[in-house]
Formats: sequence, structure tokens, C-alpha cells
Amino acid sequence: MNDIRELYQDMILDHSRSPRNYGVLEASTCSARGHNPLCGDDVQIHIQRSGDGKLEKIHFEGSGCAISTASASILTDVLAGRDEKQVREIFTSFRAMVTGEGSAPEGDGLAKLAVFSGVREYPSRIKCAILAWHTLIQALDGVEVDVSTE
Amino acid sequence: MMGSQLSTDENPAPRYSIEQVRALFPCLQQEIHGHPLVYLDSAATTQKPQPVIEAIDHFYRHDYSNVHRGVHTLSERATSLYEGVRAKVANLIHATDPHEVVFTRGTTEGINLVARTIGRSLLNEGDEVLISAMEHHANIVPWQMICKEQGAILKVIPCDDDGDLILDDLDTRIGPRTRVVAVGYVSNALGTVHDVKKIITEAQKVGAITLIDAAQAVAHIPIDVVELGCDFLVFSAHKMYGPSGSGVLWGRKELLDQMEPWQGGGDMIRTVSFEGSTYAETPWKFEAGTPHIAGVIGLGAAVDFLQDVGVDCIDSHESPLLAETVQRFDQVNGLRVIGRPTRRVSVISFLLDDIHPHDMGTIIDQYGVAVRAGHHCAMPLMDRFGISATVRVSFGIYNCIEEIDSLMLAIEKVREVFR
Repeated sequence: MNDIRELYQDMILDHSRSPRNYGVLEASTCSARGHNPLCGDDVQIHIQRSGDGKLEKIHFEGSGCAISTASASILTDVLAGRDEKQVREIFTSFRAMVTGEGSAPEGDGLAKLAVFSGVREYPSRIKCAILAWHTLIQALDGVEVDVSTE
Repeated sequence: MMGSQLSTDENPAPRYSIEQVRALFPCLQQEIHGHPLVYLDSAATTQKPQPVIEAIDHFYRHDYSNVHRGVHTLSERATSLYEGVRAKVANLIHATDPHEVVFTRGTTEGINLVARTIGRSLLNEGDEVLISAMEHHANIVPWQMICKEQGAILKVIPCDDDGDLILDDLDTRIGPRTRVVAVGYVSNALGTVHDVKKIITEAQKVGAITLIDAAQAVAHIPIDVVELGCDFLVFSAHKMYGPSGSGVLWGRKELLDQMEPWQGGGDMIRTVSFEGSTYAETPWKFEAGTPHIAGVIGLGAAVDFLQDVGVDCIDSHESPLLAETVQRFDQVNGLRVIGRPTRRVSVISFLLDDIHPHDMGTIIDQYGVAVRAGHHCAMPLMDRFGISATVRVSFGIYNCIEEIDSLMLAIEKVREVFR
């Protein structure tokens, strides 16, 4: 039996109870909304880009399960201040980790993303962990349609 | 399966012990994550008993062929088995004529068939279709689509905080423009048994046609289409211990006869030429193409199984499980049962603190307990209660009182994780 605490680690529970960077971002330069119709997870990502292409601030809003809320919250924490190219690379390696195709993203300040490595054991929950990430990429791509993980 | 005896009691005692019933379900005899499987998701789909599995297996091994086509022995056998299921189904729902039984892919297809044929022909601009606030999406979307096409209006019977439909002012919702009244018999999300008889009676006063979605009722309460007085009744085999991909549309013969076919193709025709075609009789004109033959044979075996167990014994087995669960839920602080309907079968929806149902479902599964988490294809009903999802427990004839202990333990574990 999998230990359920491998999935629901303290950091995930903490971020789901007290989400960071939650709410509208007055100076946002791009936004997108993601939705998982299966479970009703709903997330909006707001990004404030700086002149040199860095993602200066990232905020999120929405409602969802502990995994999706923590994923959005930790994302806003870990990715703020990085440039777009690097963010896309981290997304690729985060996706590989939660789908079981790769190991946790490595690099400065990325260690906490490894708390989502347990998700790979729960195929029905991968979408919860990755929803905010897909939404972030859509915001960067400037795609206005709602993202759906279904 | 087992020798049965006739019972004349009004509340007959179960014919078989719970151990005898459980032993017939191979899928239940397993462990999940090191715990005995506790299957509490029968409202999504039921597990399959040995007689159903064996009927399908036997058919494929010995009698398989296409139906209505060959003169060879196998085709005659397959046709006779397939057609024989109409009478079994008619008997189960107390229909008088087996030719009123149309085989479909399931409840959803049955509702779409009615909406697309008689629904379309009855509905003109400004006409009304009446459904309820507690419908499954399968009994909302087909009507929405046809209303949009025809310029008709979809109206909704509201529900109260207990999860009962508000029927006191039904006569104000059914009027001279009401052409179709389509309601579920039992709510798949809250388990409410609706007073469909009252709704049908009111609809008949204005000459509206009535459709009853019995998907969630057929495995739990006896159904009598004549006594109900409805025009159409639909259900799926897979929620009554039969295979998926197979279901029934029952309709009154004179209506089915008047209706145009829905899908065109082989098997539903009498003659075809490039100038035009003539159609087969009811019910075959609604069964275009090679049907799910084994699915229908499995449906027949499921009907036999239900009748052997005793359709009138099921509620007396399942009701104590529901009552015990509600009572134990009420003792848990922070556990909120959604809806307190006047009459309920099989289903209880609940929430715990502010823990998301999907988190609960995942943790509960770790203890071998299968429940459903989500909106249960009833998003308007979730909106009505101001929630996005629930955890749903649903019982079938194989569940036993000890399984509620496992459920309660798993719910405690959810609490521990989120403490």
C-alpha cells in the first residue's frame, strides 16, 4: 500500500490551507484560466512581466482540491523572478516528474517541487497537480481560451 | 442460481443470505491496497454477478452470430436469445407488450432518441419542456439541444434544501404550452425517490408526453409502467448488474408506432431503393445496425438475476444500510449530509469540514473503500446547494453492514491526514 502521506506531504497541506500569492494582481500583464471539469478545479493565473522578460510576480485565484491549490501556490512561489525560457523548462521537467517520466526538477530554489513526486502513484490526480502549470503556460502563450485538462 | 421460493409477504424477507449474494460477485473477492474491497459506488455502475458473466461467456462460446439475418442455426439461436430478452424486460417493468421494449446503448441514448424523434415533432417555438433541478446531465442536455433547435423553452421544477422536489405548485409549471415532461425517478446525486406518479398525472392533464429516467431506480425499487402511467421509461443495464453499453427504452406502443426512426441503417428497414426506403415495425425501426447482441443477452441474465433475488426484497436489504450510514454520519462532527429527502434509495452524498471531495476519495480508496467524488453529472444541483462536488456513497444488493465500519474508519483517516 502506498503511504498516503507521500501524496499529502506537510508542505502540500500547508500551502492548501494558506495559499501564497493568492488574489488579483493589479499590475498583471497576462492572465489565463484553467478548469478541470471532472472535479471542478478552477484556477486563474495572473503574471506581471518585467521589461527584460522576467516573470516578476505570479498570483493565482480559484478553488480546488488540496493538490491543485498547493500546486498553484507553490508554483507562484518558485517561479517568480525567473525568465520565461527557464519557466518553460521547469514546466517540462515538472510535468515529466508528475507523470512518472522523469525525476524532480533540479536547480536553485526548485527543491520544493519534489513534494509533488508522489502524485505519479495516483493517475487520477495528475491533472490536479498540473492544472495551474498548464494555465501558466497558456497565459505566457497569450491564449485567451479557457484551458481544460479534460 | 439458487433454488428460490415464492413469497407472499408485503415486505418479504430476503430469499438469499448476504453471504450467498456476495459470493456471486467475483470482482468483490479482492483486496485493494491491502484491504478487502468495499464497493460503495453502485450508483456509478454495479458489479456483475456470475450468472451475467456466464451468460455472456456462454453466448460468445456457443451461440454467437448476428441477429435477424441468417437462416443458419447459429443466427436463429442468437436471434431467439436476443428477442427473448424483450419479454424478460417487459416482465420486469410490468409492460404488457414485449414489442414496446427498444434496446439502446443505455439511458443516455434512450433519452436522445425520444428527444430527437417525438420531442422534435412536438416542439415548436414557445413550447415548453419541463425537467427537474435534480436531473442527471443525460436528462438535461438532450432537451436543451432540441429546445435550442426548435425555439422551445426548458423549464425546471425546483428542489428544496432537503433535496425533495417542490411539487406543491406543479400546476403553475405545467401549462398549455408544456409538450414534454421528463424527470428522473431517483436522484443519482442525493438518492431522492421523486413522486413521479404525481408529476405524470399533472402532465397528462395538459396532454404532455412523459419520460421517466429510471437509470437509478431500476436496481432498487419495483417498477410498473402501467401503474405509473408514463409514456416512456429509460434505463441502463450496467446499473442493474448487467453489462455496460446496453439499455432499454420502453414506450407506449401507439406512440412508438407514430414516431419516425432516429438512426437509419441496416436492420431498421423493410425495403430500400434509391428512390426511398420503408421502415421496419416497432421496435426494430429504432435499432439500426448490428446491436450489442451480447450486451442484450447479458441484460436478460441481469433481469433473471434481479427477479431471482427478488426485486421486492432489495429495498428491505438496502434501507437499513442507508439508515445506519446516515445515523453514523450524523455523529461525526463536521460531516454534512447533503439533502434529507422524504424517501431515499441507495445514495448518500456528504462533505467533511472543508476538505475537497477528491482528496477524500483518494484517501478513502487507500483503505479499500470505493466511493465517488465529484459533481455526479448533476452540476445544476451542485449549484443549487452552493457546492462544487460531494463524496457519494451508494449501496447495492451485495453491501453489508460491516462495510459501513470500513467506510467510517476511512473517513477517520481522512481527518488524520488533514488534521
